[in-house]
Amino acid sequence: MTVNLNPHNWVSAHADYLYTFALTRINDEEQARDLVQDTFLAALQRASNFEGKSAERTWLTAILKNKIIDVYRKKSSGLRTIGETAAENEQPDFFEEDGHWNPKHAPQTFAIVDKDHLVNKEFEVILKKCMEKLPALWIAVFTMKHIDEEPTDTICAQLKVSASNFWVIIHRAKLNLRACLQKNWI
Amino acid sequence: MGNLKKVIRNCKQATLLIEKKSVSDLSFREMVELRIHLYGCSWCRLFSKQSRVINDMVQELFRNSMTSDIRLDHDYKKDLQSLIDDELNKN
Repeated sequence: MTVNLNPHNWVSAHADYLYTFALTRINDEEQARDLVQDTFLAALQRASNFEGKSAERTWLTAILKNKIIDVYRKKSSGLRTIGETAAENEQPDFFEEDGHWNPKHAPQTFAIVDKDHLVNKEFEVILKKCMEKLPALWIAVFTMKHIDEEPTDTICAQLKVSASNFWVIIHRAKLNLRACLQKNWI
Repeated sequence: MGNLKKVIRNCKQATLLIEKKSVSDLSFREMVELRIHLYGCSWCRLFSKQSRVINDMVQELFRNSMTSDIRLDHDYKKDLQSLIDDELNKN
């Protein structure tokens, strides 16, 4: 075993961190717990590949990220036909046929965001709910781009979406998120 | 020019460019089209502003949850560590 890894200490040192990381991305406690376990077990098997170039936690997180992508992929391949189309059909027509905003759905000012922490907390709760409403694939694309800042090519390859579909998803995710916030936060 | 006109008047296309701009670079042509559109469209200017705020808030949300005290329960952790220790002893 490599000198830099200390598996006897993994759970106390990293389990909560990895669990939180997984939970914020897939929102399912049981699945997040399983992912932490899978990550440690996979890490043990690959321990000889650890070159000590990154910190132990960074290395473990990279393994977890791949596991999360597997979950995204499974979720979206099962749902792509049903979930995606349903989401598309349910979508309001944000735009008229000529591409102008439909006045019903056009942006209105909403009162965000002061330095007020209470207000921010409330806003966060709504934001979270609005994100949960998005289809699994959209949220995967959105999170990988905006939070993990992965290159677009990588996201497309890993989630098996075409480049043009990638931009459609990024666009729709934001339109829906914005509309949901407008509806729930005034 | 027909194509250009279409984009300049098209909010759907403009909001797509706004999103594209927030995560990657626009081509020169796209940049010009978007700028002209935004000059004449207050709805899309508002969208652009809100979109940026939403990006910030989402990032903030993830940052906050990473520093929050979400914890695995004690027993689960104990079992997990013994599982790891068992695996280590196998080798």
